[in-house]
Amino acid sequence: MPDYNEFLARIFEVLKPFAKQGVILNEQSELVTELGLTSLQVMELIEQLEDHFDMSIPLNILPDIRTVHDLATALEKLTA
Amino acid sequence: MSLFDKFQPIAEVRAELQQLGVMPFGAVTEKLLSATEGIVNGHRVILAGTNNYLGLTFDPECIAAARRALEELGTGTTGSRMANGTFREHVELERELADFFGRSHSIVFSTGYAATMGMGSTLAGPGDVIVLDADSHASIYDGVRLGGAEIIRFRHNDPADLEKRLRRLGERIQNTLIIVEGVYSMMGDQAPLAEIAEVKRRHGGMLLVDEAHSLGMLGEHGRGVAEAAGVEDEVDFIVGTFSKSLGAIGGYCVSNHAELDTIRFAIRSYIFTASPSPSVVASTRVALRLLQQRPELRERLWENAERLYEGLKQLGLRVSPQLSPVIAVTVEDRRQAIDWWNRLMERGAYVNLVMPPASPTPASLLRCSVSAAHSSEQIDRIIEAFASLQATAGTP
Repeated sequence: MPDYNEFLARIFEVLKPFAKQGVILNEQSELVTELGLTSLQVMELIEQLEDHFDMSIPLNILPDIRTVHDLATALEKLTA
Repeated sequence: MSLFDKFQPIAEVRAELQQLGVMPFGAVTEKLLSATEGIVNGHRVILAGTNNYLGLTFDPECIAAARRALEELGTGTTGSRMANGTFREHVELERELADFFGRSHSIVFSTGYAATMGMGSTLAGPGDVIVLDADSHASIYDGVRLGGAEIIRFRHNDPADLEKRLRRLGERIQNTLIIVEGVYSMMGDQAPLAEIAEVKRRHGGMLLVDEAHSLGMLGEHGRGVAEAAGVEDEVDFIVGTFSKSLGAIGGYCVSNHAELDTIRFAIRSYIFTASPSPSVVASTRVALRLLQQRPELRERLWENAERLYEGLKQLGLRVSPQLSPVIAVTVEDRRQAIDWWNRLMERGAYVNLVMPPASPTPASLLRCSVSAAHSSEQIDRIIEAFASLQATAGTP
């Protein structure tokens, strides 16, 4: 099972083309308010992570996710 | 911070529209001249965005039945189906719907939203799983969120993506409800239901199909996409609305599962609302009969759809990928979409303006829906209205 750091690395990778120019990605980066992801882009991010890790990510986790760290932690919990 | 802060993005769009002098959301229909023409926001227009697929809203038989019901049963039931709001006519409509769909059980709801939201929120609860098409209607998303099941999306109209998600569920498939629509409301594209049914056959789970837009539109008898695809036996629940092809308001769910009669008493959107008004039930019953007696309406609908689809395509517009009575023209730039919508009104065509998040992509849509009641000449006038936009603005 992938661990937190593997999820984190992949999230950074997938986020690169989405994030606003000039914004430096880190674990505390906020997906919507800071990186400027639209709701459609958040879903695209989720789909790419699902494909890469061959897992389904329930929509139910999304209300609690603000940062990259929140997302990596949630994915780790899902696969635990 | 205040309670109102979260509405700021909506306020900004409203301000932008006001500045442009346009109000596309909640355009006021001042007068109807027929099922296909009216005065909207002061303009005499052909109605090309009303979902009135069979054009039955002014059918004399429907109106006569509604009028009789008003006189005999009054203006409203003033109560829930669980209390005083079950009239003989509601029960008869349920039987007629069940007969039409060839199912043993049926429930009538006060709106289509209540039907879809109610079934989605009640069938699957905590511990269960919902796997739904990503482009599902808001009423489906609202329902499944309310129900508390685990919600998993699959890519729009992608049976292979659905299959991956069902495979990952393992034994949880036994508690899984798959939800798709027959025809998707924004782009008018059909679900590949034969393939989806095949995936369901291989993996299990139950399947609910929302045929809101496809009732009266598809299938030899007008039962929708499940009939057209020949997979009705694989569909556990069909939900839909009376507010499109049947020209009224209300919703339904039909099924062969006897449990539906028990589930009825757990659906909050069925219990805690007043039942449909007698006049609504009366016109719906007649419209359901006419839908069956007049297959020529369906033929006319598709002739009109093809005429408009081809006409808009020939103008070089970005029309939806699949021929359908719902034809969406994609316009990338929101300002241009607003401007075009407004100018279409001035040129005598009312269509729906759809902006994100209601549209399935970041682009905006000028969404048309055709009716069996449109004449060929009216369809041509809609095409001419679009053509006149391009003469001055170029293609998007």
